[in-house]
Amino acid sequence: MTGNAVIGLEDVTRRFGGIAAVDAVTLDLLEGEFFALLGPSGCGKTTLLRIVAGFERPDEGAVLLDGRDITALRANRRPINLMFQSYALFPHMSVRANIAYGLEMERLARREIVRRVDAILAMTELTALADRRPAQLSGGQQQRVALARAVVKRPRVLLLDEPLGALDKTLREQMQLELKRLQEELGITFVIVTHDQEEALVMADRIALMKDGRIVQVDTPRTIYESPASRFAAGFIGMTNFFEGEASEGGMAITGLGTLAVESPLPVGTRCALSVRPERIRLSKGARLDDCNAVEGTVTAMAYHGQDIGLHVAVPGMERRVLVRIPASEDGAAGIATGETIWCNWRPEHGRLLKD
Amino acid sequence: MPDRRTANVLLAAHLRLTYVFLYGPIVVLMVLSFNRAGMPTTWTGFSLEWYAVLARSPDILSAAVNTLIVAVASTIIATVLGTLLALGVERGRSSGLLDALLFAPMIIPDIVLAIALLSFYTLLDLTLGLHSIILSHVVFNIAFVCAVVRTRLKHFDHSIVEASIDLGAGLFTTFRRITLPVIFPGVLAGALLAFTLSFDEFIIAFFTAGAGSSSTTLPMRIYSMIRFGVTPEINAMATIIMLVSFTLVFLSQRINRGTIAGG
Repeated sequence: MTGNAVIGLEDVTRRFGGIAAVDAVTLDLLEGEFFALLGPSGCGKTTLLRIVAGFERPDEGAVLLDGRDITALRANRRPINLMFQSYALFPHMSVRANIAYGLEMERLARREIVRRVDAILAMTELTALADRRPAQLSGGQQQRVALARAVVKRPRVLLLDEPLGALDKTLREQMQLELKRLQEELGITFVIVTHDQEEALVMADRIALMKDGRIVQVDTPRTIYESPASRFAAGFIGMTNFFEGEASEGGMAITGLGTLAVESPLPVGTRCALSVRPERIRLSKGARLDDCNAVEGTVTAMAYHGQDIGLHVAVPGMERRVLVRIPASEDGAAGIATGETIWCNWRPEHGRLLKD
Repeated sequence: MPDRRTANVLLAAHLRLTYVFLYGPIVVLMVLSFNRAGMPTTWTGFSLEWYAVLARSPDILSAAVNTLIVAVASTIIATVLGTLLALGVERGRSSGLLDALLFAPMIIPDIVLAIALLSFYTLLDLTLGLHSIILSHVVFNIAFVCAVVRTRLKHFDHSIVEASIDLGAGLFTTFRRITLPVIFPGVLAGALLAFTLSFDEFIIAFFTAGAGSSSTTLPMRIYSMIRFGVTPEINAMATIIMLVSFTLVFLSQRINRGTIAGG
């Protein structure tokens, strides 16, 4: 389904008052993929989105559409639509008129417009609300109108700026899957901007992680979660434990704890951190498990989360508590109580050594 | 010490007295405009005679026409310029100095503005007449229209302009189909206010009208008539002017309060 690059960004830089909000970004967005720009607020992801939409002109670099340079093309001439964070619905128009607006701009025949608007109304389950004004709709309904208005133009690329930000948690989770379904049905490239890592993991085919105007890593959700390329990536996406130390022969040496086995691409002596996901840690009482790295500590807190249980383990010599998540259904949690001494074990391949 | 109830009663009495003080004279004037006899003191029966006198007086009719010409022309010009000004100012960076300069024509005493404009026209060797009154009214009306439209723009979501462009509209289409309809209640309210202000404006018109009766407006007419005492026809005219002003201000308030979302 995914294939050629629809959008190509080549060395795109945009500065505001001397500070680069987007710094030499090179990126390809592929045909029909669901792409997420993920990063903390102020990392430049929205500016990058606005550059693709045509609202910001890059100071340097080029934007390509199907290989053609569109850097100088204005937003109203690009076959790219943006769904605004605030939805930006026209308050003086009905839902139907809002959706028809973009098609009227294309000077399509009246009948064609009516046909396509009716189709998209049905698809987004808005038919019953077609004659209402935006102010008479709930947040979720407004979001669907904004989506319908952008999608009805059949853009090559649909950009979504924090599309679920204004919705409450339950609706947000439901809409994540709805958006994904819609994207697959339409086959349009979706680019979503979000600061919510879970949103990106659930929806995206690929994620670009941004920090300070630069792209840190571009990968599938699974790769970015399991093989983060940097300490920032490991910390930003999902929860993780960092063990600080120095790269050594066959792993990483920690003062006071000895050597933890891990595949190490780093030269011996480099300051680094070992990232281990909480759900990769297995607990054992009395003795450590075979073929595993292990640290011993005291359980300081336990929290029940429904499907699983979170534990904090204080390990002597480590500043931060080790986080552990074990499935609630497993017996492993049964005999454990706060204050007990316990071994945290993980297999060497589940650790990831990252440079500082 | 008076208890709460006494305090409330006193406050209510105070409120009533204030309203009587504000509106009593106006009510008396309106009632007397329907008085059959031309006396301000004795009621001799209901009559529309004085309104008929007004309608028969060529001086007053030509003054009314002049007033309408000035009010309509200055309103149209000031509404267009004031709205554009508001759009430009709200888009730019906020500046205290700019705001002060924009508000100035509203605050400067009319007499000062009148003298300043008269000197300015003399300096330019401009022939005075209706056109110079129109020009003068445009000066202060721009400020009022701009202020009213800016209030509207404070709640204006600029992302809808970008949304329109994103959906393929050009700048002009976006203005015509999105920006203008959304701020229109503000524009209309500003226009009505401008019309009202121009309709009963006296001092500036008086200074910038020049010699000759061809450019006399209604308030100027009233002023010249009042030198021979308050007559019932002046009461009648004042009543008409007041009703026009009141209606327009009321409409302007209603329209601008009307929901922006139309819901």
